[in-house]
Amino acid sequence: MSSISKNASADLEKSPESAKRRNDYKKLRRRNTLTFWSFVGPMALGLLVFVGIPIVWGIVLSFGNAQTTITPTKFVGLSNYIQVLSDPQFRSSMILVAIFAIIIVPLTLAFSLGLALLVNEVKFGRGFFRTVFFIPTACSYVVASAIWKMSLFNGTSSGFMNTILGWFGVEPIQWISASTPPWYWLVLVTVRLWLQVGLYMILFTAGLQDIPPEVYEAGRIDGIRNKFQELRYITLPLLKNTTISVSLLCLIGAFQAFDEFYNVLGSASGSGSGNLSLAMPPLVYLYNMAFSSQNYGVGSAGAFILTIVIVIFALLQGKLTGSKK
Amino acid sequence: MKNRHRISASRVVRQTLIYLLLIILAIIFLVPFYVMLRNALSTKAEVTSLDWVWFPKELQWQNFAEVFEDGSIFPQGLLNSAVISVIQIVLQLAISAAAGYGLARVPYRRRNLVFAAFLATMMVPTAVTFVPSFAVVSALGWVSTLAGIIVPGIFSVFSVFLFRQFFLDFPDELEEAGRLDGLGPWGVFFRIVLPNAKGITVALGAIGFINSWNAFLWPLVVGQDEHSWTVQVALSSYLNSYSVDFPVLFAAAVTSIIPLVILFFIFQRHIVEGVKMSGMK
Repeated sequence: MSSISKNASADLEKSPESAKRRNDYKKLRRRNTLTFWSFVGPMALGLLVFVGIPIVWGIVLSFGNAQTTITPTKFVGLSNYIQVLSDPQFRSSMILVAIFAIIIVPLTLAFSLGLALLVNEVKFGRGFFRTVFFIPTACSYVVASAIWKMSLFNGTSSGFMNTILGWFGVEPIQWISASTPPWYWLVLVTVRLWLQVGLYMILFTAGLQDIPPEVYEAGRIDGIRNKFQELRYITLPLLKNTTISVSLLCLIGAFQAFDEFYNVLGSASGSGSGNLSLAMPPLVYLYNMAFSSQNYGVGSAGAFILTIVIVIFALLQGKLTGSKK
Repeated sequence: MKNRHRISASRVVRQTLIYLLLIILAIIFLVPFYVMLRNALSTKAEVTSLDWVWFPKELQWQNFAEVFEDGSIFPQGLLNSAVISVIQIVLQLAISAAAGYGLARVPYRRRNLVFAAFLATMMVPTAVTFVPSFAVVSALGWVSTLAGIIVPGIFSVFSVFLFRQFFLDFPDELEEAGRLDGLGPWGVFFRIVLPNAKGITVALGAIGFINSWNAFLWPLVVGQDEHSWTVQVALSSYLNSYSVDFPVLFAAAVTSIIPLVILFFIFQRHIVEGVKMSGMK
């Protein structure tokens, strides 16, 4: 629209009407600018205040001495970064969350794709099964953590899992409170799986429904004989985009894990102690650094290191899933 | 003939196996709900009994009454969560629908630049901003207030993105008709565009409500005293307190998911649509 008026005003440069036209055009443009900002302004302002400023503030904090204050007092260069990187607790939190992501991403992919494929194969009760697998999304991490911690994986014989295992003569297992063997991994991984698998199943189902049936017919003509080959040569390659977006969403979520660690491993004696020392993800570390130790400078430096690691992992994974198929 | 018979037989076996697998998986997925309800309706003794009690002898409905007793942290938490979620959703939808419309439909030279700047903020994970965001909130004097929990959450680039996408495909003729009737840009937006965007609005609203209701880290950071706790923060603090009463804890947990389960059954279609859209990120 604006380009048309621009050409018109150029063509009519020398005619007597040109001045008026150009004036009209300018007025229209000014009005459009005003209209645009009346629609977009609130959002732009909000992002500036609640995302833009925090990012800049975070950078300033990470290079400043900001203990017990959110306004850094002096520039300290890279010392916050050096301090956080030399803290063994921070390093082990980064290793922990990387392992967590490496476990949770493939499991989530396998289960959500598997459920989508299975439900797609049956004729009756599709809606019912989808609802059952999807309904955990209504639960919060806090609620799920309470169920997992207090009942499912309760360390005494009154726990649900220990009851089931007891039928086979297995002694009660201390799921959460013991560090060896590290059964708490099973607890943390299954909470997240239960909560998110249904969500990603929906994405895979949508991806499956986008594959036109003619493709399968063509495949049969080209010599695809069984369901397995169909999956291997048609379905999976055509789900590539869904797989990439699911694994990225899942990866970024895993690196920012907080709720289930805080609630499953936390204890009455405060979030910093208890079983959280067994497995503390970076976000819990940062939370403690900022709100228990009140060291906002070191906390912000840790946050930027975490971001860089997330970006690297996301790029790596993009490459991995992108080139495979 | 014989061959065809064999194929259909093997198909029956296959279908049976798939159903069997699906039923087993469905039971596993439902176990946590059973456990939650059992705990909420049992006595303390039954919950902590060393033998698993499959079904409480008598359903202990008074556990739910205890959730709402004087001195309980849950009524305030539920109320806070409801207020926060509703306000957050209404504001978020209003702001992002308007922004999406402006970005899609108002001819402004730098609108693509503005849109790119919006998208760039999506790349930044919450992990980076939650500490300095707290600094902003505390500079505004909003620590331990509902405003501090609500306001930073109403600017969703993701919603703007989807609204923009939707408005890009909106038919010109409808807008033109509105303009001929003498409507200004806001008139066109309110009278013509918004009434035709109900589906996407409900989908984003339902997804947003779930996220807002279930949010934990941010309300935990901002809500530093009991009066500003959301139901999630209240549950978490009760879960890890010395005085935890299991049946009451789970009665509160059940109460906290009832609104969402109702929402699920009313808006399931829209929620599924919303989830699908979220995969396009």
